Amino acid sequence: MQFSVQVEVRLREGIADPQGSTIERSLPTLGFDGICDVRVGKSIRFTIESTDESAARAEVDDMCARFLTNPVIEDATVSLVAVDLDTVSGP
Amino acid sequence: MSARVGVVLFPGSNCEFDVMEAVRSLGGEAEILWHGEASVCGVDAVVVPGGFAHGDYLRPGAIARFSPVMSAVADFAAGGGPVVGICNGFQVLTEAGLLPGALQKNRGLKFLCAVAELRVESVDSVLTSATEIGRTLHIPINHFEGNYICDTDTLARLRADDRVVLRYVDNPNGSIDDIAGICNEGRNVVGLMPHPERAINDILGSGDGIGLMRSLLESARVGSSV
Repeated sequence: MQFSVQVEVRLREGIADPQGSTIERSLPTLGFDGICDVRVGKSIRFTIESTDESAARAEVDDMCARFLTNPVIEDATVSLVAVDLDTVSGP
Repeated sequence: MSARVGVVLFPGSNCEFDVMEAVRSLGGEAEILWHGEASVCGVDAVVVPGGFAHGDYLRPGAIARFSPVMSAVADFAAGGGPVVGICNGFQVLTEAGLLPGALQKNRGLKFLCAVAELRVESVDSVLTSATEIGRTLHIPINHFEGNYICDTDTLARLRADDRVVLRYVDNPNGSIDDIAGICNEGRNVVGLMPHPERAINDILGSGDGIGLMRSLLESARVGSSV
């Protein structure tokens, strides 16, 4: 089975995010007021071949822990959707 | 016999010649260790230099730690061999798990290119043994992700074990506890953001890196004579 995976990597709570702070400070200059808690992360998408969803998830979790995130400063959220090979033509 | 220092070259490294020049000017021998070779070629010390190894893709050091040479560097370090990571090399060593913590973006989100004032906090490491505690050194910094961070337990351990070897006098990047450089438990692996190899002659603006580079060469010699 194939699964479409999205890994959202973000800085752990409590880790300073100077990019987020800079964006937050800039928004009012464009008239966007009342915005707080801006945090910048990154999104990594890929397709994985696996026997079932739990096996795919376990593999992606391992990937996150060992490579896609630096656990000292980052967390990840994994979204995983089975790809229907008959109907899907691309992401 | 002069010490042989191996300087790791990743695609994207850019300080390898500065390190080799510094080593040679102080009487050592220097050679390149290509990242694709799983060997440190019998050198007496290893330097992981600055730059943008593997383009800093994903995170600085995240890809570099998988280069074949890094397993050889880890074995060399485990055997007590002196290993120093400078700037991007420090980032590589933290990603490889040879040093604790991580380097995140500078507070203030600015790339810093300046001379930093450092204070020697411990002389019990391969990079500081020939210096003096409390000595201030003027050493260039050149980084965007030099803001050292670690969890509170790690910080407590680093402090208790006297493993913070260099601190900034005036913290430029937000590093926790003003940390500019740390060492591992064995004190033979050191990582620092400043560039001592660029401060080895007064015509470069400072000769304060000489004591640090000389410490490394002396540590290497001790290792090679055993």
